Amino acid sequence: MSGNVLIEVEGLSKIFADAENRVVALNDISLTVREGEIYGIVGMSGAGKSTLIRCINRLDTPNEGRIAYRGQDVLAMNRQELLAARRKMGMIFQQFNLFMQRTVARNIRYPLEIAGVPAQQADQRVKELLSIVGLEGKAEAYPAQLSGGQRQRVGIARSLASEPDLLLCDEATSALDPMTTQSILALLQDINRRLGTTVLLITHEMAVIRQICHRVAILDGGRVVEEGDVDSVFRNTRSEAGKRLFGVLPQQASEDPDTPSLRIVFDGAAAEKPIISRLSQETGVYVNILSANMNHLQGKTYGQMIIEKPKDPAENTAVIAYLEQQGLTVREVNIQ
Amino acid sequence: MSWEQLWPLILEGVWDTLYMTVPSTILSYLIGMPLGLMLVITANDGIRPKSALNSVMGVVINFLRSIPFIILLAMLFPVTRLVMGRAIGTKAIIFPLVISAFPYVARMVEGSIREVDRGVIEAAQSLGSTDFQLIAKVMIPEALPSLLNGAAIVTVTILGYTAMASAAGGGGLGAIAITKGLNLRKMDVMYAAAIALVILVQIITIAGNKITKKIDHRKR
Repeated sequence: MSGNVLIEVEGLSKIFADAENRVVALNDISLTVREGEIYGIVGMSGAGKSTLIRCINRLDTPNEGRIAYRGQDVLAMNRQELLAARRKMGMIFQQFNLFMQRTVARNIRYPLEIAGVPAQQADQRVKELLSIVGLEGKAEAYPAQLSGGQRQRVGIARSLASEPDLLLCDEATSALDPMTTQSILALLQDINRRLGTTVLLITHEMAVIRQICHRVAILDGGRVVEEGDVDSVFRNTRSEAGKRLFGVLPQQASEDPDTPSLRIVFDGAAAEKPIISRLSQETGVYVNILSANMNHLQGKTYGQMIIEKPKDPAENTAVIAYLEQQGLTVREVNIQ
Repeated sequence: MSWEQLWPLILEGVWDTLYMTVPSTILSYLIGMPLGLMLVITANDGIRPKSALNSVMGVVINFLRSIPFIILLAMLFPVTRLVMGRAIGTKAIIFPLVISAFPYVARMVEGSIREVDRGVIEAAQSLGSTDFQLIAKVMIPEALPSLLNGAAIVTVTILGYTAMASAAGGGGLGAIAITKGLNLRKMDVMYAAAIALVILVQIITIAGNKITKKIDHRKR
């Protein structure tokens, strides 16, 4: 995942102001998206992520900063150049935003129509896209007749029609149930792999980031507070926002436990075995599990567990040593 | 009055009424539709904000809409004579009808276009649509059921205005009800004309609803 730079954002700021209020939505944001990667921007609602992604294709205009798409300054583009650039950047939305008076096929056909693609060629392309998103039988249905997941598939197919090299996803799975979210994420991953489309997504769900993103930026109060490979950010998260999003800290500050704790990260490397039981057997220390959030994928364990930190320093050292020996990452979390 | 005498009178009235209503509605839309679109597009939250132009259009439309039709009809006599060749009569009245109705059409169209989900327009923008494509391929088609529903309402309203044509020497069911009914104390003529008007309005309304339902795909 070290392709050429596709999108470069530099010192981006956006302020929403009226007579009484002044909201800094984006505060000096800088980040780089490379060709071929899935880049996730995560943050709580109100963190400014939607504004950020909308600035990339200039649905929103920042007050300050620079956005480069393949080295071209997006903010300096004239109308013609902007339309051409937008046709190379697909976008999908939380509310799908499909044309309700057009059939599925005609929704997908729209970008081809406005680009003046000949009818026969467009029909062919629509067929291909329907099969990419798995909606072969729904060509003549109207969006109102589809489920949420199917609607998002239409949105994806429509955004891919002009063969974009970037797909912007604005909370694309936030209106969907967990099962459907899984299938849409799998589709995005498949598109990224098969078509090589770079994906830039924003979400408030860390699970989405962990499941398909290569790199992540954590946004908090309009600033990037952490950025890097998903694995390393997940393992070593330092920011308050990161900890909350990863579930190390409870989402609500008032629910913080006052217990000093250890955070154990399962990144799929550790063998599948009852780690905590073994820990007690091997070290003679009985630990108290405060919370755990784990998934089992293909015989590997991903996720994290928060345990109470043993009060005796020697026991604490023994516990940490044992866990690290098992290939796990352990961090002391100084909760309060 | 006998049925044999009444029937041709009413038929003629229906013809005259439609002769005034249909062209007036079409011409009102030719002016009002672009104006309504402009109102949406040039608004502050529109795709091409033009604050001053938008305000001027708003003021002119509100001005025209606030003058009652019967007064506008009288005020426009000289202009009507200039445009239509004469100031009174069934044909001449089409001009004041259009002047009175196009601001109303503009507001109806504005309302319908505004109903189109902002997110849908943004999606079309994100796909690289030009402003013309946004209007012609997204805003109007997406608003079409609402536009048609509005057109039925506009037609009925103009049909109602034609009843005042008698004040300017025009014909139609309204004129028959007043000049050949009420003024001559022939109540059967007045009621027959009124019933014919009711039937016309029902036909337009029901047809409008049916077509709107048929072309609207927002519901299953």
